[in-house]
Amino acid sequence: MNIVVAVKQVPDLIEELEINEEGTGLDPDVLSFVLNEFDDHALEEALLLKEEAGATVTVVGVDTTGELDQALYTAIAKGADKAVKIVGDFEEGERMPTPIMARLLADAIREMDYDLVFVGVQAADDLDGQVAPMLAALLGLPHVGVVVGVEKADGAVKVHKEFWGGITADVLVETPAVLGIQAARQAPRYAPVSRVRQAMKEATIEEIEVDDLPEAPDASVCRMFIPEATGRAEMLEGDEEAVAGKIVEILKERGLV
Amino acid sequence: MSTYFVIAEHLQGALTETTFETLGAARALADATGGEVVGVLLGHGVQDMAGQLAAADRVLVADHPALEHFTPEAYNAALEPLLQEHQPRLTLFQNTAIGMDLAAYLAARLNWPLIAYCNGLRAEDGAIVTTSQIYGGKVFAECRLPEGPGMVTVLAGAFPAEAGQAGDAPRVETVSVSLDGLRTRFEELHEPEAEDVDITKADVIVAVGRGIQSEDNLELAEELAQALGGVVAASRPIVDAGWLPRMRQVGKSGQKVKPKLYLALGISGAPEHVEGMKDSELIIAVNTDPNAPIFDVAHYGVVADLFDVAEALLERLED
Ligand SMILES: Cc1cc2nc3c(=O)[nH]c(=O)nc-3n(C[C@H](O)[C@H](O)[C@H](O)COP(=O)(O)OP(=O)(O)OC[C@H]3O[C@@H](n4cnc5c(N)ncnc54)[C@H](O)[C@@H]3O)c2cc1C
Repeated sequence: MNIVVAVKQVPDLIEELEINEEGTGLDPDVLSFVLNEFDDHALEEALLLKEEAGATVTVVGVDTTGELDQALYTAIAKGADKAVKIVGDFEEGERMPTPIMARLLADAIREMDYDLVFVGVQAADDLDGQVAPMLAALLGLPHVGVVVGVEKADGAVKVHKEFWGGITADVLVETPAVLGIQAARQAPRYAPVSRVRQAMKEATIEEIEVDDLPEAPDASVCRMFIPEATGRAEMLEGDEEAVAGKIVEILKERGLV
Repeated sequence: MSTYFVIAEHLQGALTETTFETLGAARALADATGGEVVGVLLGHGVQDMAGQLAAADRVLVADHPALEHFTPEAYNAALEPLLQEHQPRLTLFQNTAIGMDLAAYLAARLNWPLIAYCNGLRAEDGAIVTTSQIYGGKVFAECRLPEGPGMVTVLAGAFPAEAGQAGDAPRVETVSVSLDGLRTRFEELHEPEAEDVDITKADVIVAVGRGIQSEDNLELAEELAQALGGVVAASRPIVDAGWLPRMRQVGKSGQKVKPKLYLALGISGAPEHVEGMKDSELIIAVNTDPNAPIFDVAHYGVVADLFDVAEALLERLED
């Protein structure tokens, strides 16, 4: 079984975000990037299947940050067999619209030998739709999203899809198929730094160079902004003793203690 | 005349609250632009539900055994020709475990623009201007959907449901669908396992997020909850890590709660979490990040280390 895992990097949301001068996106100069957490789950689920049923795991991504190598070597250190990066004249650090990224990924994956394509169910920056369903549409494959577990079956996979309120469903999907992974069956593993270093020394990342960006429908972003402090919480100031005192006051007023 | 399609969602025989919220949003757009709202209901034996989509002018019902339970493939196969034929100005989906599986797929198939995570919609000089909440709720993006068909997925809780429930019985029309060669088969629905603690019934919830750092630290939250006469709940990553049972999860894929007190410790306030707790009577949030979006829904906020505050609070309560 061959599993392709499509990954992307997103701004680290723990850091303070700034809007660019044009007011149309984040300022790439102040951003640091991390692997989309749901892509990390997608990789984990692929590695679990590899361990259980045997599989070759290929990680692929569009290098929109100039730093994708880090994520790809880490994936190899965790147990992926192969890494591919799609490079081109992209605006480094800028958000790539999902329809464009999905088309670049589809063109690359179409040439690969695969049974399953795993993608994180969503990413913090996919303003214009999620990658997995678009990829499925472009590859002409069935798709299930919000997946929290995958089991190998005969010529198919049985996936556990989540709805809400704790309700889930078992769905049988013939392979090849694209799955949008919400959570792997276990927390994503860590790769020790020594292994990542080893991967950097020993593994090679295959490069696919693209000349022109594909055409895709566009809903232009006219403005990006950080919401103003309207309707925000009343902030309680002081050291923890003072704050605890204020909280107890508030609770007393409401008869909660 | 502009046509606004609303893709209705239902699970276990009932239309969802978000369906009505989205329907209300479509109604407002249609009223502003002189357009028509068309509800689209897919399922098997769902005729009776169609009449509930009161804010729609018309409801198209596609009835087929393969649509009885939701699978993305069957729903998409039924929707694609329908959208292709009608070319609605805007098709509104919900940003849910159902709508997310449909909108992006159909957008790529039909080559139409799509805006996700939408919490604001208005018509302006022939364009539709959307507002979306992205980057975990930290940033808003305004986009313009140009002339011609487009799509949005609407965040739960962004619009009032009442507006979607008001109106006369819509005209119901049946559309035929052919669904052959499906590669996806629905097998079984699972209800969550019952748990001793029902967080939806608790008056006081101490909710912990990734800021709690380790499973051992849950004890502090548990002590605090006990001192307040409440229960411990959590954001999704805590449950995914296996530190608490699934039924303790608050949010989009977890439970919706409305306690008298929701104390959020080390939770960033991603839209998927906020969806499940924003209607709490009193929300107090503790977070080290002054820009955490949780402070946009909290009534009171504290920028501090949750451990310092939790311990100080515990001491006071025990006095
Ligand atoms: C389809 C779908 C459904 C989802 N459903 C849900 C759902 O039902 N419920 C849910 O919660 N999420 C859900 N999510 C996940 C959601 O997108 C977020 O990833 C999640 O809510 C983040 O959880 P968090 O706030 O605990 O973690 P983070 O976003 O990592 O935030 C941790 C916060 O802790 C703060 N912090 C760190 N250390 C400290 C400290 N010592 N003291 C105080 N603060 C500290 C940080 O500043 C940060 O703000 C869903 C996602 C998807 C795609």
